[in-house]
Amino acid sequence: MIQSLNDSMKKLFPILGVVTAILLSYALYMALVWAPTEKTMGNVQRIFYYHVPSAWTAFILFFVNFGASIVYLIKRKPAADIVALVSAEVGVVFCSVVLVTGPIWARPVWGIWWTWDMRLTSTLVLWLIYVSYLFLRRFSSSGETPTLAAALAVLGALCVPFVYFSIWFFRTQHPQPVMGGGGSIDPRMLHVLLINWLAFSCFAFLVCWSRYRLEKLQRDVDQAHALESLMDPRGSIR
Amino acid sequence: MSGNGYLFAAYAVTWVIHITYLGTIVRRYKRLQGEIEALKKPGPRS
Amino acid sequence: MTAPTGVTRVTLLKDLRLEWRSKDAINSTLFFSLLVVFVFAFSFDPTAEESRQIAGGLFWVAFLFAAVVALNQTWAREIRNQVLDAYRVSPALANSLFIAKTLGNFIFVSVLEALMTPLFIVFYRLRSLGPVWQLLLVAVLGTWALVVNGTFFAAMSLRTRSREIMLPLLLFPISIPAIIAMVQSTTSILNGEGARFWIVLLVTYDLLFTTVCLLLFETVLNAE
Repeated sequence: MIQSLNDSMKKLFPILGVVTAILLSYALYMALVWAPTEKTMGNVQRIFYYHVPSAWTAFILFFVNFGASIVYLIKRKPAADIVALVSAEVGVVFCSVVLVTGPIWARPVWGIWWTWDMRLTSTLVLWLIYVSYLFLRRFSSSGETPTLAAALAVLGALCVPFVYFSIWFFRTQHPQPVMGGGGSIDPRMLHVLLINWLAFSCFAFLVCWSRYRLEKLQRDVDQAHALESLMDPRGSIR
Repeated sequence: MSGNGYLFAAYAVTWVIHITYLGTIVRRYKRLQGEIEALKKPGPRS
Repeated sequence: MTAPTGVTRVTLLKDLRLEWRSKDAINSTLFFSLLVVFVFAFSFDPTAEESRQIAGGLFWVAFLFAAVVALNQTWAREIRNQVLDAYRVSPALANSLFIAKTLGNFIFVSVLEALMTPLFIVFYRLRSLGPVWQLLLVAVLGTWALVVNGTFFAAMSLRTRSREIMLPLLLFPISIPAIIAMVQSTTSILNGEGARFWIVLLVTYDLLFTTVCLLLFETVLNAE
């Protein structure tokens, strides 16, 4: 039964790939053509349709990392460890997109490359936390990596509310330009935003799935190597 | 750069980042496939 | 009382005694923190008015680097003598070890602060417009925040490659809210403004992270 589940999942992947490609193209059209032009910022505002969904996707992925890490700490399932790794990596990728598109948006609008805007600054701190998580995974000795990484993920996730509060208060004391404007959003713009978010979420899911399969395969191969060297017929014990 | 230039840059950079990451996945996958082929072959190994 | 506090006390006293006898870590770290203060003093030479705006930030950054050097030494002795394996095998609570290490580090790092502060006051011609007891409170809370996380991450980094760079790499991002709070509250107090929000944030941060580090320490110690 597991085999047939595996097979049907393998068939699902290309179908989802096509669906995602269509969604992304449609979302791009909506963002560039259908969405109304913003009054003050002009076409540059359309960066918003890539910047914000990437941020939301990154936050969701980091939340998944938190959940998977807790599951690992309690149940020690290797699958949970792989989910944690994958969600952190892909989360960092999306986070990087946010951190690059933000300044590209800020520059023509505010004349400065960086602003201690709440979303941008919080995203930067999250990026730092999860990059340090990836470094720990790379540098720790392989036996203890899953446990240490899970512990770090828990601490990192618990830090997030503090990041928000401290930056929020910092900004009220030192007012900064706010990106994306405050207040209500044109319903047509919201519609385009949500479409792009849906498209990028599907894309993120596919990327995570690919990375998961890669990691699972890598671990299986590593295990095969280890077994092989144990059973080396020439008798040398490595 | 005009407003449109920044817009194009932002969208382009987004896809460059994503495609680069996907590229690393594909590259590692190909390397793994090579290792699997090597593991499957019977006979003496160095 | 019962075994846990006994183990804590014994470990703490042992560490303090060893540090005092060898004076290795104290001397080198002390000199390093003095160097950091001097370098900052040469780099930023503000007027007395300006200095009240930036001294908070400068002090905590200087202190952060000195604290990392001190924290890196935390487990060095234990690794050398395979003490940690003995702890893992013994029935002593892992948490007792953690509390002892954290308290020892806190004392050590506070001594560094106490020595760096007069230099800062002199070089930056500082005079606090707000109450000094508030500055002390911020110093205690902020130091504890750095030390509790630092001790935990030092334990995590034990068997990693590039152990010494791992500690600041892990510590700095997670400490950012605490660092913002420390710097902003110090600056506010120096300028005679209130810092209640930041102090509440620091207290909450300290309570939460101390609890979580205690909960996770045994897992981390036995991670293999």
